Amino acid sequence: MCGIVGLFAKSPEVEERLGEHLAAMLVQMSSRGPDSAGVAVYRDPVTSGWSKLTLYSADPGESWDAVRDGLRAAFGGCEEPLIRASHAVLVAQADAAAAEAWVRAHRPDLRVMSAGEVIEIYKETGLPEHFAAEFRLEDFQGTHALGHTRMATESRVTTEGSHPFSTGFDLCLVHNGSLSNHNRLRENLRREGIEFQTENDTEVAAGYLAWRLREGATLDDALEGCLTDLDGFYTFAVGTADGFAVLRDPIACKPAVLAETDDWVAMASEWRSIAVLPGAADARAWEPQPEVVYVWEKARV
Amino acid sequence: MAVAIETAEADVLDLETTSLRDLNQRLHDLAAGAPGPRRFRILNPSGAHALACGLDAELEVEIDGHVGYYCAGMNKLATVRVHGNASTGVAENLMSGQVIVEGNASQSAGATGRGGLLIVMGDASSRCGISMKGIDIVVGGSVGHMSAFMAQTGCLVVCGDAGEALGDSLYEARLYVRGSVASLGADCVEKELREEHLTQLAGLLDAAGIDADPREFRRYGSARELYNFKIDNAGAY
Repeated sequence: MCGIVGLFAKSPEVEERLGEHLAAMLVQMSSRGPDSAGVAVYRDPVTSGWSKLTLYSADPGESWDAVRDGLRAAFGGCEEPLIRASHAVLVAQADAAAAEAWVRAHRPDLRVMSAGEVIEIYKETGLPEHFAAEFRLEDFQGTHALGHTRMATESRVTTEGSHPFSTGFDLCLVHNGSLSNHNRLRENLRREGIEFQTENDTEVAAGYLAWRLREGATLDDALEGCLTDLDGFYTFAVGTADGFAVLRDPIACKPAVLAETDDWVAMASEWRSIAVLPGAADARAWEPQPEVVYVWEKARV
Repeated sequence: MAVAIETAEADVLDLETTSLRDLNQRLHDLAAGAPGPRRFRILNPSGAHALACGLDAELEVEIDGHVGYYCAGMNKLATVRVHGNASTGVAENLMSGQVIVEGNASQSAGATGRGGLLIVMGDASSRCGISMKGIDIVVGGSVGHMSAFMAQTGCLVVCGDAGEALGDSLYEARLYVRGSVASLGADCVEKELREEHLTQLAGLLDAAGIDADPREFRRYGSARELYNFKIDNAGAY
């Protein structure tokens, strides 16, 4: 069991209060996932030629200024680190691939949680309520966000095993369910050059999507590929720079509900999470069909 | 000791100010025959689980909004009406009485129900009526895949379409579907719609307040080939 939430703002009012709504939705899913929580927030796009990394350090006394200085020395520009608990966002004057490669080469002790132009991923073990407070979710403004509360079944309870998982630049995956062919698939994907940091099943699904997208598949194609290549139970929510997508496996044991008003589109494992949104009582609500890819995207300005 | 006077007015219970446990306890305390109010209106369900379940009295409970898992489960005698959608397992193991969902129901609606009537005015999702054991279920819209899986007795009436593997491993439940059936499950076959079935179906549609012509439906039931293991059927298990 795990909980998933997603919120896509259609009005400036919801964008302004995105983090507040996200936190409320996430806390409602505490009973589905009390051991870890995480969010991907799409906010503050960087200017052209720059990129944004979310980094995690296991060291509570991490000197993020040193990371900033390293990125500045390498690329010429790096903004002040924005620190939230164990994570920091660094915006560097480099493309996302170069910035990420620098961190991996020079600071292998840090984990790159996300890389891209808009995405920020934060995740940590502990109760969703504590996570929301520790990472000050209520501050966040943005266009859309995904969240996850975890009840681990397939692997250890760690920060790295929490969701969302990055699946490429500005992409992420959250999962409710369990995959049964992840060990074999992980080996196959490693041969394709996809790297894995944990023994977690969802990371394999994320790696699978990253590989399909790298090979030129559209997001729709990559998700539809899950239906044949992944064995197990899943409701997936995938975040992109412009929106999010939802997919349920053919058996569709894992719950999902979608709802839409003039101000927002929301998805969640249960209605409880959507009920906290303004205007929810009058929202159009429905259950996504199995094997159907649902996508909401915003035209980028 | 004051004698409770029944009135037509419903008692209002608001889940924003009353805990779910207190609310259910209050309904449980009204055992069959005990004095007390008989009509309740529940506000702000907000997807709460296990709402108005385990009732055992002729109560009328109306719920204004969407409910979470297992709403009205295990009830006897009561009538529960949901002015909204219901999540997983609405009216699961219903014993008697009625449950009406005015919106849609998620998976496993009416699962293992032993009696009573479940009415879903919208669509029901996958596994509707799974392992039903005497409940009658009338769905105004369509049902999802694996509906009436291992259904034992009772009727499932679907005014719309049925998803894949309808009635898989069916026992003696009767399935009536007006629209298309994506596929029949193992051991489920179409059967003749005789006069007795038309009468039964008309009664169920009438009870659900659905205006539909029973003759537009098709009946499905068990071929009774899977009751006992036969090696010839190994491929179908």
